[in-house]
Amino acid sequence: MAETTLQLGIVTGYLLVALGVGLLAYRLTDRTAEDYYLASRTFGTVVLLFTTFATLLSAFTFFGGPNLAYSAGPEWILVMGLMDGILFAILWYVLGYKQWLVGRKNGYVTLGEMLGDRFGSTWLRGAVAAISIFWLFPYVMLQQKGAGQAIVGLTDGAVPFWVGAGGITLFMILYVAIAGMRGVAWTDTLQGLFMLGIVWVAIGWVLSAAGGATAATDAVAASNPEFLRLGGGVYSPQWMLSTAISIAFGVTMFPQINQRFFVARSKRVLKRTLSLWPVLVVLLFVPAFMLGTWAAGLGVEVPEGGNVVPAVLEAYTAPWFTAVVVAGAMAAMMSSSDSMLLSGASYLTRDLYRPLTGRADAVDDALGGEATVARIGVVIFASLSFVASLYAPGTLVQIGDTAFSGFAQLALPVLVALYWDGTTKWGISAGIGGSQLFYLLSTFEVLRYLSELLLGRPVVALPADYFGWTPAIAGMLLGLALTLAVSRWTTNSAGEDPSVYAVTGAEAD
Amino acid sequence: MSARATRGGWVWAVVAVLLSALAIPWFLWRDGTVVAGLPVWLWWHIGWMLLASVAFRVFVRRAWGVGIEEV
Repeated sequence: MAETTLQLGIVTGYLLVALGVGLLAYRLTDRTAEDYYLASRTFGTVVLLFTTFATLLSAFTFFGGPNLAYSAGPEWILVMGLMDGILFAILWYVLGYKQWLVGRKNGYVTLGEMLGDRFGSTWLRGAVAAISIFWLFPYVMLQQKGAGQAIVGLTDGAVPFWVGAGGITLFMILYVAIAGMRGVAWTDTLQGLFMLGIVWVAIGWVLSAAGGATAATDAVAASNPEFLRLGGGVYSPQWMLSTAISIAFGVTMFPQINQRFFVARSKRVLKRTLSLWPVLVVLLFVPAFMLGTWAAGLGVEVPEGGNVVPAVLEAYTAPWFTAVVVAGAMAAMMSSSDSMLLSGASYLTRDLYRPLTGRADAVDDALGGEATVARIGVVIFASLSFVASLYAPGTLVQIGDTAFSGFAQLALPVLVALYWDGTTKWGISAGIGGSQLFYLLSTFEVLRYLSELLLGRPVVALPADYFGWTPAIAGMLLGLALTLAVSRWTTNSAGEDPSVYAVTGAEAD
Repeated sequence: MSARATRGGWVWAVVAVLLSALAIPWFLWRDGTVVAGLPVWLWWHIGWMLLASVAFRVFVRRAWGVGIEEV
């Protein structure tokens, strides 16, 4: 019991430190929407790198990923490396830099605004926001599930699931309501550094107790020889590539990541961050996922519904350190979730609430009615996803993957719009609408239910895969094809203005 | 967009595809050789990521803006 109290004390203490940093930033936050949502576009290299990094990393890095390595082998490192270290870095330039220039030129805060302005369509703006908020939901729920499981695992069930999940929900609501982007980014920086530090301490500790990397790997070779051979089992080439591609593209359309494309202080900041991506990814993912792999060789038992990382730490390190790592995992979840709620709130207020209430060009005022709507929205959103986290079926990986792939459907139509003046309103609408519809039907088995209802037997269903490639990839290609084809067949409508995306870069040195 | 810039853009596009294509060492598929406590394919990946970092650095210094900044 004393041990549990100490561990809970460590987790709580860490959360309070993070909250303190948020409050400090809050004192420096202006009362304008641009400052609340984007910290007035003033981020330097370290803060931008770590806020994006910490936002990218969620419960999955510490729990879902290592669990997968524990059960299927460490190839997941390669998927994550390709996804976050290379594909995302390339998109950081291709999408991110272009978006930053365009956003700076025209003062955009959200993706919906950027598209709505170019295509002269409030409907498109609202649709992009609605789609984004729809996919954000399972992902916020994922973080809450992770928090609940972490606390249950840490205390051996002494603290029930709902307390952990509910605690993190309350914390997030508090956080987002008071601290805007600056607070979120500062705590992200702290949390990113913290996560990197503890994962290396953890791997060092476990390996020194287990007799070194060679001994630990030999144990894996004896217990699970398949793990060390590249590929096999779940890891087919198509699955690895599908996952890496759909998640990398999906990440760029996540509201909380996409908004970070707007916040760099200068071109130099974006340049410096680019080459650091692959290094940072290796530094974090190799130790985190090898920990899961080695745990399999060391014969660590993971309780039903539990996670491998806390289990291996409990077996080889001190109880207080397990709590520190769980606090780190909580940090990973919070740094993702607080950003999600903040960005979700900006989408909700700017792209849905304003246009619907006929105030699309209202004066920015973060303390007026809009901010109240944003905060109410945050509370409702977080509470609903909390309730869902208590009852939702499916593993962490499945739910997370659903959200990423849903966002991935947006990426190619947006890319086409940014680079091709010939894109029309109907083209991008068909691309976004068609790919979303296709992916929804693939994921949620709506067709099967409908055919059961109408015909009494499940005759209609979309394939589960396309020559080994996932529906997410098929949907992305469909979205691309629709955007290009429909744009060719239609002409620009009144109100469209391709010139808003023309940038020289000269004004941004 | 000058012809030189366009050519540079294509070269960098090829580099980007290469970097993505070989982050997973397909030629080591089903290989399980272990060196210094880690599978060889994982060492390849770690080295490849460092190479990618260097390639990105060169890109930033020499070609930043290609394909985006309209002249």
